[in-house]
Amino acid sequence: MIVAERKPLEAIVEMLDGQRKVLAVGCGTCVAVCFAGGKKEVEMLASSLRMATGINGEPLQVDETSEQRQCEVEYIETLDESIKEYDAIVSLGCGVGVQYLAERFPEKRIIPALDTKFMGGPTEAGVWEERCQGCGSCMLGSTGGVCPISRCAKQLMNGPCGGSKNGHCEIDEDIPCAWQLIWESMDKLGRIEELMEISSPKDWSTSRDGGLRRVVRDDLRLPEVEDS
Amino acid sequence: MTQTPEFEPQIVAFCCLHCAYAAADLAGGSRCGYPSSIKIVAVPCTGRVDSLHLVKALEDGADGVMVAGCLPGRCHFQTGNLYANQRVEHVRALLEEIGLEAGRVRMVNVSAGMGVQFAERAKEMAESIIALGPNPLRARRAGSPPREIAMEETN
Repeated sequence: MIVAERKPLEAIVEMLDGQRKVLAVGCGTCVAVCFAGGKKEVEMLASSLRMATGINGEPLQVDETSEQRQCEVEYIETLDESIKEYDAIVSLGCGVGVQYLAERFPEKRIIPALDTKFMGGPTEAGVWEERCQGCGSCMLGSTGGVCPISRCAKQLMNGPCGGSKNGHCEIDEDIPCAWQLIWESMDKLGRIEELMEISSPKDWSTSRDGGLRRVVRDDLRLPEVEDS
Repeated sequence: MTQTPEFEPQIVAFCCLHCAYAAADLAGGSRCGYPSSIKIVAVPCTGRVDSLHLVKALEDGADGVMVAGCLPGRCHFQTGNLYANQRVEHVRALLEEIGLEAGRVRMVNVSAGMGVQFAERAKEMAESIIALGPNPLRARRAGSPPREIAMEETN
C-alpha cells in the first residue's frame, strides 16, 4: 500500500488562509488502511480545522466526504456537482489522489493534507515500513524476497557494505541490514551459491531516472472504431 | 479588584460500566458528592471510546472530557483501558496543535469499589477545567443548535 501521514495541522491551516468553505475529501484505499486519509481521519481533520480556525475567528466551514479511490476519474467525477459550492478542496489522498483531484477540478485550489511517505506495509500495530521503491525492474526473485533497493540505504547489488554490524545497518541500529536478511533468506532456501555470482549494474532507466513512467496494456485499451 | 464569577463547566465523562460507572454509582450511594458538571456517558469499556468521541465532544462545546477506566491490568477486556489511555494522549497532542489546552482531556483509573476516589478525581477534573476557563469554542457556539451526530460516523 501507499503509506502516508498527516501534515502538521498548522501547515494545513496556513494553506487554507483566505478560504471560507472547503471540502475535505478522503480516500478509501491505501491511505484508509494506514489510518491517514479514510473516513474517520477526514472527520478528525475536519473537526480539528473547524476548531483551530474557530478559536480566534470565524470557523472555516469544512464539509466532509470520502471516495473509494481518488486516483480514478470514475470515482471522483461523482463530486462534479457538489464541488461547485466550495472554495477549495482538502485532499486526504496520497500524492496521486491530490493530482487527480487537481486535474479533474482545475478551477479549485487543492490543499494536500497528507505527506505521502512510501510503498510499504504494517510490521506491527501502528508501525509501517517501506518495502518497495517502484524501480520498475523487480529483482526479488534473486534476492530471497528481500529488496535491496528499498531496504539497503546504499541500494547495493552485491552484498553488504562495511557498515553492516551484527545484522544491522550503520545508519540506524534499529534497521536490519538488507543484505544480512537476503543472506539468511537465501540460506534457508539453499541458494547461497547464487549470491556468489556478481550482479551486473542495475538498469535504472526503468526507475525514476527515465522521467514520467507509463504502463500500457493494449488489450485493455478502448478499441478504435473506424467511421463507416 | 472584581473577581470573575466561576463558570460551571460542562465535562463529559466516558465511564466504563465495569468500573468507573459503578464507582460513580457507589459515590452517589455513599452520599459522597461530586460536581454536577460531570456528565456521565456509560460505555461497555473505555476501549470503545474513540479519539473522535473526545474531539467531537470538545468541538460541540464541552469544556473538558474525562475518560474513566479500570485500573491498569484490571480491564474486563484485558487492554481496553490501555488503548483508551493511548487515545487520550493522542488527542491531548492534537489539542495542542489545534490551540486548545491538553488538560481539557484526561484519563483516570478507578475500580468499581473506589467511589470516594472517583468523586475525588471528578472534583480535581472540575477544578482544573475551572482554572482553564470555558472552552473558547463553546462561547462561539452559544445560541447555535447542537450539531447532529450520527453514531455510525464514529464506528
